[in-house]
Amino acid sequence: MLSIKNLHASIEGNEILRGINLEVKAGEVHAIMGPNGSGKSTLASVLAGREEYEVTEGEVIFQGKDLLELAPEDRAREGVFLAFQYPVEIPGVSSTNFLRTALNQVREYRGLEPLDAVKFLSLMKEKMALVEIDQKLLSRSLNEGFSGGEKKRNEIFQMAMLEPTLSILDETDSGLDIDALRIVSNGVNKLKSDKTATIVVTHYQRLLDYIVPDYVHVLYKGRIVKSGTKELALELEEKGYDWIKEEVDSAATV
Amino acid sequence: MSKDNQILEELTSKEYEHGWSVDYEADEAPAGLNEDIIRWISAKKEEPEWLLDWRLKAFRTWQNMSEPEWANVHYPKVDFQALKYYSAPKQAKKPKNLDEVDPELIAIYERLGISLNEQKRLQGIAVDAVLDSVSVATTFKDTLGKLGIIFCSFSEAVKEHPELVKKYLGSVVPMTDNYYAALNSAVFSDGSFCYIPKGVRCPMELSTYFRINAANTGQFERTLIVADESSYVSYLEGCTAPQRDENQLHAAVVEIYAASHAEVKYSTVQNWFPGDKEGKGGIFNFVTKRGICAGDHSKISWTQVETGSAVTWKYPSCILKGDYSIGEFYSVAVTNNYQQADTGTKMIHIGKNTKSRIVSKGISAGKSQNSYRGQVQVMKRADNARNFSQCDSLLMGDRCGAHTFPYIDINNPTAKVEHEATTSKIGEDQIFYCNQRGIATEDAVALIVNGYAKEVLNQLPMEFAVEAQKLLALTLEGSVG
Ligand SMILES: Nc1ncnc2c1ncn2[C@@H]1O[C@H](COP(=O)(O)OP(=O)(O)OP(=O)(O)O)[C@@H](O)[C@H]1O
Ligand SMILES: [Mg+2]
Repeated sequence: MLSIKNLHASIEGNEILRGINLEVKAGEVHAIMGPNGSGKSTLASVLAGREEYEVTEGEVIFQGKDLLELAPEDRAREGVFLAFQYPVEIPGVSSTNFLRTALNQVREYRGLEPLDAVKFLSLMKEKMALVEIDQKLLSRSLNEGFSGGEKKRNEIFQMAMLEPTLSILDETDSGLDIDALRIVSNGVNKLKSDKTATIVVTHYQRLLDYIVPDYVHVLYKGRIVKSGTKELALELEEKGYDWIKEEVDSAATV
Repeated sequence: MSKDNQILEELTSKEYEHGWSVDYEADEAPAGLNEDIIRWISAKKEEPEWLLDWRLKAFRTWQNMSEPEWANVHYPKVDFQALKYYSAPKQAKKPKNLDEVDPELIAIYERLGISLNEQKRLQGIAVDAVLDSVSVATTFKDTLGKLGIIFCSFSEAVKEHPELVKKYLGSVVPMTDNYYAALNSAVFSDGSFCYIPKGVRCPMELSTYFRINAANTGQFERTLIVADESSYVSYLEGCTAPQRDENQLHAAVVEIYAASHAEVKYSTVQNWFPGDKEGKGGIFNFVTKRGICAGDHSKISWTQVETGSAVTWKYPSCILKGDYSIGEFYSVAVTNNYQQADTGTKMIHIGKNTKSRIVSKGISAGKSQNSYRGQVQVMKRADNARNFSQCDSLLMGDRCGAHTFPYIDINNPTAKVEHEATTSKIGEDQIFYCNQRGIATEDAVALIVNGYAKEVLNQLPMEFAVEAQKLLALTLEGSVG
């Protein structure tokens, strides 16, 4: 579904991604871990099409299409969804209005009729139940004054509404309380199918207890330096990153 | 060039939708301004002597005044002698009702989306359609007449209700008030008049639609709204003009009088031709709007959405004379390309326990300049006066300007005046967030801007709010930065 080859990206002349290779197939869950500042959010942003980043080398193929050629909104319409590490506030715009605009533009791109108010509302109800989000939150201005956890839950609610093919969750677990973590993870699991794929960026094993990954990758200094199965996450939890850093850094000096 | 600037350049090419004009045979005054022209206009309108005298007095005052220069706007001096002060479509005879109005004129309004056909209107909105210097039609007159509501063109009011016109004309905006008001008082040609009798709640929105068609003609209309005790009316004003290379002058006066317990809501969606993207042409909009809350517990509320005009100079104000009276001002002013707006309000607290509220949302894009100028004045007698002002500016791109000039003058120690101001840039991360959900940049900007202006748009009557939202989006098309 997603094939990243030798991806290099920089911002303001600083190279942040230095040759990422990653293959994600339909039905798979990939976890990306790695120390702060290693480039995890950068990778997510580059995949979503954030313009501040310049791709200097490499290619990304998503469902047979050159993803890097597409405008950010077209990537979204093709089925790429990013749950932001820091969701943005938009004053005066209700979640409902925002999502209706989004959903109908996605539908239009796919040649579907816009959803009328009744159908849209019943879809909202269904998805609200999935992530147990309060109606009151959705009638407020988008993310404005939301608590950290509420913002994260709202991201997953939007994901549920838009039904993406590839979901990238950037530290969705941070800020969620224990119950919310379980609810949100269950929501993500229910949205999974053999036609969709998920990339979860996280620092903690506890999320991976709920959303069980098929593969775990360690990103360090802009490269994937280690890949493994879910056991790798347990090992990292126990030992930290130093041993990997040492491995990589000593290899680099040789 | 950064990507944003590129988008900005590519897309600031939106066209003004109402830029067309129609050829019709017109009855015009020769160009120039002097006492003879004023006599000519007055005679044309078969006005009584007192009104001619009033005009002449205003003209003489105006001659001794000079153009105000304190506003934060720059424009070439208007050559008042080059303008024509009267232009009216020629009609074989004076139409007595809508059926007799020249279908060609009705068609002009149809093309603007304003139906003058009463049957076609689903919701009750009575319209007075003003084309260049004259009112061509007023709808729903009979329906309103049954309630004692007078809604007609100004000229007609002068003929049919001279006592009311004489009593209130110039009572809120004296002819000597300012340069443009004096000019308007001398040469005004038509406009709307509205009187709501005691205890009557006007059952429909009343609206005036101004259209400039003729070239080189100034439009000077006058609106007078009188709300008698315990009455209520909601009034709407809309306007457009053809796209022309030269600047055109629009200098209107609006007066509102509210007796005790009366409430008047006045909403404007101003969409005069703003000039092209190089800054050529466009309307100079120099308007004086003022309301007086004359009686206790009266209320006047101004809501404006300013999207058009090359230069806007406009401060809808409230004189809060009655005790417990309330004044409100809600404004969204958008400027793009080379537009300049200097707009705001004045709240003058005279009565006790008077309250005022100001919410101003400026949006600047392109190379435009957008200024808020507001004055809150609390007089000695005005115990417990309250004012709250909120002035926000939103900037798109880095070549535009936003300015705030609040003046506060308090002469009573019990007054409470609060002023809040913010300036923000439309966030790239907000736009990206929308993009990531599948929303195109243009629509993202519209969504964000409408969200920003929501508090003001919410004040507009439903039908108008939708139009205003579209207009905001259209004005800002492509100005992402
Ligand atoms: N404009 C910039 N100029 C230079 N460096 C930048 C710029 N923006 C981001 N960076 C750097 O890019 C690196 C990667 O950041 P990124 O947000 O991708 O890290 P991350 O792996 O998501 O970290 P975290 O675990 O803390 O979320 C960081 O060192 C960051 O400081
Ligand atoms: Mg990050």
